[in-house]
Amino acid sequence: MKIHEYQAKQILRQYGVPLLAGQAATSPESAVNAARDIGGDLWVVKSQIHAGGRGMGRFKEQVSEEEIAKAARGEKAAGEGGVRLCRSTDEVAEATRSMLGSTLVTKQTGIEGKTVRTVFVEAGCDIARELYLSMLLDRAKSEVMIMASASGGMSIEDVAAKDPDAIKKAWIDPAVGFSPYQGRRLAYGLGIEGKTVRAFTKFVAALYEAYRQSDASMVEVNPLVITGDGEVVALDAKMTFDDNSLYRHKDIAQMRDPHEEDPTETEASKWKLSFVALDGNIGCMVNGAGLAMSTMDIIKLKGAEPANFLDVGGSANQEQVAAAFRIITSEPAVKGILVNIFGGIMKCDVIAQGVVAAVKEVGLEVPLVVRLAGTNVELGKKILADSGLAITPASTLDEAADAIVAAVQG
Amino acid sequence: MAILVDESTRVITQGITGSAGSFHTHQCLDYGTKVVGGVVPGKGGQTFEDTGLPIFHTVAAAVSETGANATMIFVPPPFAGDSILEAIDAGIELIVAITEGIPVRDMIAVNAALQNSSSRLIGPNCPGVITPARCKMGIMPGHIHTPGRIGVLSRSGTLTYEAVGQLSAVGLGQSTCVGIGGNPIVGTKFIDVLKLFNADPDTDAVIMIGEIGGNAEEQAAAWIHENMSKPVVSFIAGATAPPGRRMGHAGAIISGGQGTAESKFEALDKAGVHIVRSPAEMGHKMREVLG
Repeated sequence: MKIHEYQAKQILRQYGVPLLAGQAATSPESAVNAARDIGGDLWVVKSQIHAGGRGMGRFKEQVSEEEIAKAARGEKAAGEGGVRLCRSTDEVAEATRSMLGSTLVTKQTGIEGKTVRTVFVEAGCDIARELYLSMLLDRAKSEVMIMASASGGMSIEDVAAKDPDAIKKAWIDPAVGFSPYQGRRLAYGLGIEGKTVRAFTKFVAALYEAYRQSDASMVEVNPLVITGDGEVVALDAKMTFDDNSLYRHKDIAQMRDPHEEDPTETEASKWKLSFVALDGNIGCMVNGAGLAMSTMDIIKLKGAEPANFLDVGGSANQEQVAAAFRIITSEPAVKGILVNIFGGIMKCDVIAQGVVAAVKEVGLEVPLVVRLAGTNVELGKKILADSGLAITPASTLDEAADAIVAAVQG
Repeated sequence: MAILVDESTRVITQGITGSAGSFHTHQCLDYGTKVVGGVVPGKGGQTFEDTGLPIFHTVAAAVSETGANATMIFVPPPFAGDSILEAIDAGIELIVAITEGIPVRDMIAVNAALQNSSSRLIGPNCPGVITPARCKMGIMPGHIHTPGRIGVLSRSGTLTYEAVGQLSAVGLGQSTCVGIGGNPIVGTKFIDVLKLFNADPDTDAVIMIGEIGGNAEEQAAAWIHENMSKPVVSFIAGATAPPGRRMGHAGAIISGGQGTAESKFEALDKAGVHIVRSPAEMGHKMREVLG
């Protein structure tokens, strides 16, 4: 699960990770109040969206299509960006007014961009150096890995491509936890010296504590700033969370922003269906993630395009099957549906009854191919045949894919 | 011989009285698995429904009283990691964790506890292990399996059944089928099972079913190239998956450009594995390879 920068900073603040003063705002007036609360005479107003590259991003409503296209490619473009330095509360109000409700296009959002609904007003900062620091699971070692580099502000993938040795790494032994020598080794490796070494080490220790206790899957501080006074502070912060741990973090679960999610995917998760929207025109409903991916794959191999990934799971009941049909058919691009069920514990007759009832409830205007295999398959096939509905049966995966592609492509 | 489980395996079920634990324990008993008891803290001293099987408060007590050497874990995600740790501590040799949804942080701790222990963990988030006609520890439908000489190894559940169904349809039975699970951290990796199949006199060839995410297939490819003396057929699911999206399984995600189906197909192909690009051709490919 993703969250906004202002929410990530709320969490990090709880763990004592050094941050600048900052507040979220959803109106120019509250942005000005935030600026006054923060004090000083220099602020940064930042668009809050679930994507990076905001500084170079541009607003659709404010510049030409040509400039927006440049912004979508990550190139320099005319106009104001999604992160603005302001030297007066009037400028804070103006920046906020222009950002809220506008569509920010960055290299990471794609050409459609994302609507800005919140801004984050933060104190200005005296930046001496910008570094990069992140933590995530190293799957090969099954340990949390810390990555740091001296190239703050650049994407870590770009740094890895250009100069992999520039990325310093450390792994956390789960039996030991983070030890200060690891912070020192990273610091000296990045050319940090003097009292800043201790400040950097404390920062990493606090960040790891936040990462671990909140069950984050990834935390990225880019840039991590060393100020003119030698202090270490997070200028930006991105956090994503292990979905499997949200049950024990109700406060974090509540930070979910439905505006940032595909509404169909949000609807699907309400029904405990695993759903990912794709670009094609053949809808799929399958039991099991591996089989569901394979079903998408075989449709593509047959020369057509899947419209979605949908895993109904091991125990789909009639309501879930009906919800799945409704969700698939709510996409106007869908010109045909393939149901592929390998019944193990799930019996084919039960799924067949669910399909028939769902079709009768939701209606069917596109070709439907149903492939059943496994437990009670003959009974399941009979139920479909006797239903009087226009359902094309299939016995094997090949037959099913051929049938739906032929029906859709004609 | 087969691998991991056979008629001598003595199995307990942790979470035996839950809806999944009770249903699948009955299914395994019907299949012929030697289930010898169950563990539910608070229900020690009771018997499991009409089976006469004893229920214990702790895994240690179950092992002491029944001589169990294997456990199936059907415990909900918030408590499953702890249940695995308990089984490791009690010295259970084979732990099969069915549960989906265990937090990564819990599995990091489990993984550390497994090192230097006498336990092997299969899963979590897996369908289990079956040696057809001899022992089933898991949720797979027993009736689609036939005894034979092909080892089956997979990160998936129903896609594994699809492969098994295809193998049976071309007259190729299975020696043992192992579902290692769909999570980013699993107790047993592809390489670990390949080593067992390589050494098993009753396995002639292996089908390995992978999916996007992580580098387990690439690591397996390197091992196969150096060590495997039997043919391996492989299919990788998720060639059409978009990057950065979790495709159902917690471990099925292409991250920072890494873990694509294409890179896995390439690594396996270079290592001499017989790759198959269509999920409908897994059985046919194995038939072709074995001649």
